[in-house]
Amino acid sequence: MSRNSTNPRTCVAESRWREFVRVHSGSMFHFVCAASTAVGLISLAVLIGGIVWQAWGWLDYQFLTSFDSRKPGEAGILAGLLGSLWLILFTGLFVVPIGVGAALYLEEYAKGTWFTRLIQVNLANLAGVPSIVYGILGLTVFVRNFGLFGAKHPPLTIPLFFFNLEVPLPLGTTVLSGALTLSLLVLPVVIIATQEALRAVPPSLRHASYALGATKWQTIRHQVLPAALPGIFTGVILALSRAIGETAPLVMIGIPLYLANAPGDITSLQTLANHPQGLVEAPFSKFTALPMIIFSWVTHPKADFRHVAAAGILVLLVLLLILNTAAILIRQRFQKRIRW
Amino acid sequence: MPIPEGQTSVVSMTKPAIGADNARLLVRRWTLIRVKEQFIRSVLLVCALLSILTTVGIIGVLVTETFEFFCEVSIREFLTETRWSPQYQEKHYGILPLVCGTFVVAGIASLIGIPVGLGSAIYLSEYASPRTRDLVKPTLEILAGVPTVVFGFFALVFITPYVLRPLFQGMFGIDVDIFNAASAGVTVGIMIIPTISSLSEDVLRSVPRGLREAAYALGSTKFDVSVRVVVPAALSGVLASFLLAFSRAVGETMAVTIAAGQTPRLTLNPFRSIESMTAYIVNISQGDTPAGTIEYKSLYAVAMTLFLITLATNILAQFILRRFREVYH
Repeated sequence: MSRNSTNPRTCVAESRWREFVRVHSGSMFHFVCAASTAVGLISLAVLIGGIVWQAWGWLDYQFLTSFDSRKPGEAGILAGLLGSLWLILFTGLFVVPIGVGAALYLEEYAKGTWFTRLIQVNLANLAGVPSIVYGILGLTVFVRNFGLFGAKHPPLTIPLFFFNLEVPLPLGTTVLSGALTLSLLVLPVVIIATQEALRAVPPSLRHASYALGATKWQTIRHQVLPAALPGIFTGVILALSRAIGETAPLVMIGIPLYLANAPGDITSLQTLANHPQGLVEAPFSKFTALPMIIFSWVTHPKADFRHVAAAGILVLLVLLLILNTAAILIRQRFQKRIRW
Repeated sequence: MPIPEGQTSVVSMTKPAIGADNARLLVRRWTLIRVKEQFIRSVLLVCALLSILTTVGIIGVLVTETFEFFCEVSIREFLTETRWSPQYQEKHYGILPLVCGTFVVAGIASLIGIPVGLGSAIYLSEYASPRTRDLVKPTLEILAGVPTVVFGFFALVFITPYVLRPLFQGMFGIDVDIFNAASAGVTVGIMIIPTISSLSEDVLRSVPRGLREAAYALGSTKFDVSVRVVVPAALSGVLASFLLAFSRAVGETMAVTIAAGQTPRLTLNPFRSIESMTAYIVNISQGDTPAGTIEYKSLYAVAMTLFLITLATNILAQFILRRFREVYH
């Protein structure tokens, strides 16, 4: 106890400074906390503002529809845009069934067992592994296929209707290997989000279904999954928006920085009409992705490429904005329908 | 009351009342359903096993390649040598410059991210009105969703020329390289603010109201309640969020590769260019080092070190979360 006790005989006048601190510490602390929040918001504003400023005048239709080039004025983002779209399509195709299936098993079939706890711990650790380690895994497993095929192995030729599909062996840096690597990366996110969505479904729904004579799978397929669908959708879209921006795994599996081609040679509806087998060839073709192109422009020695990089970043951010808005809209629309 | 999969009790009750042929048909149909249920269960089990397969794959790949690396380079040299120069004439394989570079960047990031993140969390959970919280939380989530290449660009194009150089070179006369650890540290710090903020805020919000009300009833100010009651009550979660954010800063690749440089250097000066572990992995894989050589294998050794550091930090975070968590009823 300080000397400022309530005993009148030992009271000493408090110094001005101590009085100021005692009276105002509450509001000072409030101000400090509010300022910390403001720091986060201001950095976001400066980040976006700076990028828009650097990209001003460089983002136009020509930028969106041409390939990369050595001259800053003619560089375009088409290869990266199409490559990223194919990549995300296949990542979604892989990650949704496997992630939802695993979460269904953990929540519905094996709840609370030691096996489930082991997998939960495993998932929590996998979620914290740096993305570049996933790139190394993808390099060895998907690109090099464990070194099973020699360097000059001829491609596997599959005759289809009117053309031959050539599958390179080993798989190499194709859309398929990139999608498989990225799906491993975002799988923990999807599994955990689906588990949360499944947990939110009230048990009474399941019990009612069993009481009416349904089997376990019938209950899941017709009652639980439709009820958990908005949460699953949101989780999948968040995972995919994380996958779009990932650069490190793509760098590791050897995606080229400079490529003047789109997967399957499809660059517009016209080329698609001329060359429809491009749709089937696309997963097995080399590609480049949006963040890779941005990375190559950022590290380019010529100063003008900074503006091109900023324009590319704007395209990426707009894509992410569209995805996340879609997620929020879907969640809101589904939540209106379901009433417990 | 789980009902055995693939069966309902109604069938066994009605079986004796049906003729023999129909009973056989019914038994076959229910067996078919049971087989289908088992098949679906096995398929889902395989999906769940895939996550274990991923971990096994990561560990397997790293361990085999690192083992081959350590057949040629001694562990003592790896851990104690202070130079890292696999691509020069005189080859040294000491990991200390890379680890030091990584930790300098992660340290600066934590110095920025932890106070700001914790302050935001306390503000959002204790002081902010619900409307403010509804506005601010999604905005911080946007900050969390920005890809890391963007932060690397931000560090190189804004932080170094417009913040660091005028401040330190102009005012204090300290030389600031174009690539430096401070710009990478500042941007990674901004990147981990939403991580700390959202994790800590969830933990702070989950402290029961009764604790706060009791403290107010005993005459505490709002400051006392926030700092002396709520934060200590949620301390395990808050510390775990710090560790997770630090682990993320250590594993951060693109922002550091773009902004911090490519010269491995054992130094604590944040204004010089250094190389982090992740940047080294990126630079080697992009370069023209042939695949089977010892220089290329050093990539796996560095990746193994990185993996072990982040794994240890994450396990420590989970341990703190479990062991020191206060359970309130």
